[in-house]
Amino acid sequence: MSLATEPSRPAAPLWKRKDLVGIQELSAEEITLLLDTARQFKQVGARDVKKVPALQGRTLVNFFVEPSTRTRTSFELAAMRLSADVINISASSSSLVKGESLKDTALVLQANNVDIVVLRHSSAGAAQFLAERLRSSIINAGDGAHEHPTQALLDLFTIRERRGHIEGLHVAIVGDILFSRVARSNIWGLLKLGAKVTLVGPSTLVPRVFERMGVAVVRRIDDVLGTVDVINLLRIQHERQRRAYFPGLGEYINLFGLTKERARCLRPDCLIMHPGPINRGVEIDSEVADDPVHSVILEQVTNGLAVRMAALYLCAAASRPLPPAPRKEP
Amino acid sequence: MFDGAFAMSDSSSLARPSTLLMDADAVARALRRMADQIIEHNGAKGLERLAIVGIHTGGVELARRLAHLIEQAEGVRPAFGVVDVSMHRDDLSQRPRLTSIQPTQLPLDLDTMTVVLADDVFHTGRTVRAALDAVGDFGRPRAIQLAVLVNRGRRQLPIRPDYTGKKMSTAADERVAVRLDGDAPARDAVWLEKTDRRGGQPA
Repeated sequence: MSLATEPSRPAAPLWKRKDLVGIQELSAEEITLLLDTARQFKQVGARDVKKVPALQGRTLVNFFVEPSTRTRTSFELAAMRLSADVINISASSSSLVKGESLKDTALVLQANNVDIVVLRHSSAGAAQFLAERLRSSIINAGDGAHEHPTQALLDLFTIRERRGHIEGLHVAIVGDILFSRVARSNIWGLLKLGAKVTLVGPSTLVPRVFERMGVAVVRRIDDVLGTVDVINLLRIQHERQRRAYFPGLGEYINLFGLTKERARCLRPDCLIMHPGPINRGVEIDSEVADDPVHSVILEQVTNGLAVRMAALYLCAAASRPLPPAPRKEP
Repeated sequence: MFDGAFAMSDSSSLARPSTLLMDADAVARALRRMADQIIEHNGAKGLERLAIVGIHTGGVELARRLAHLIEQAEGVRPAFGVVDVSMHRDDLSQRPRLTSIQPTQLPLDLDTMTVVLADDVFHTGRTVRAALDAVGDFGRPRAIQLAVLVNRGRRQLPIRPDYTGKKMSTAADERVAVRLDGDAPARDAVWLEKTDRRGGQPA
């Protein structure tokens, strides 16, 4: 007995990117695949044996030209749990201080057969620049005020895990949007997955031009408290602000700080998120940050590890092993 | 399971002429025989500490069927688990297509149990090698045995099944497609088909 055809098979989800540069270029399906993969890696973190051999023999360089502890530590742990070998390079310990260009430093890393470079840089587009020039996988860990894709992914993961879905939710992002790569990546990710986004902040930090991205802009935190499913508070990035964008901290807290009193107006199932580091008493009151019901700030950290493992795993799987260096005949 | 059995393979081999190797009756007979062998080999006492663990995706329904048949015959329900080997494979960037990782769920007290790994098709042995490592991360079973519905030969590692539904020789450019339908066992079947590249079966 013979059959002419067999039943059609479903299309398997695809990840073809060697790099993770930003959320903007990802499709909703790619984001969902990454979040689904992260869910399995989160399970690994709950076991006695927290390490899997997926990236055994691969080398990862954490190349952080801008300072960071939480993101760098998270990527380092993620790489170790995937059995990759990890090196950390900071701006001060690299030859950048000797005047070497970013590209030359990166080419030196590639010549050492580094498989993955995790890059944090103060210039927007730095990750894209290297991704186009290197065979190694480039993971963007924050480029200027442009994108911070793994932060947005861990925020999406946290929301989806808590609420079961993202589509149809209303998310407020409060504070320093202008200088925030976290905000941009989050806006793109949330909109792609079907959420409604409202930005809250003074006109100096949240110019109306953001409305072109497809989000709403309001000027007072009180306007969103009773209606949002998620409130994501961003840190005031003093280090990026060359002039005063608001009269004073007191003024800022009055209009935009999530105080104890304001937190009472939140819906009972509203999630409070913060990418950290927290300025307690400024964008969020200490008691609110530690609120056991609403606050998911530490869950975000746990989920960040799982999301970064998923990003490293998928990008490493999509990139071919580096070919041996071309040999020149004498 | 049907969906998963096909999800790993390349779409280029879609709608290709194929030969039926086993129909639903043949599959049912093979499963009964395998269940009997597992019972005989492990003994009535052994069944109480037995776990049938399916390898995602093709082995999950096989494990479910074997556990059910053993329960029907002996009145003892073996523990059931699933394992996804994606994170333990040694060929990460050689796979034609990366599929989403599924949850791994294993019985809690693995150290006191005998595990029967179940997969639909046994080919190179590399999936089983990865599954052995994956199970090892969760504990140290007293013994691990292997049950496969089809052993198509061409193994590349010193690993072989303990329980086999059907054994056959195949060529490298052939592919064995298995449909174990949890909802409609009458549609169970195994086919052999040609692919247009060598190593058509996901290793």
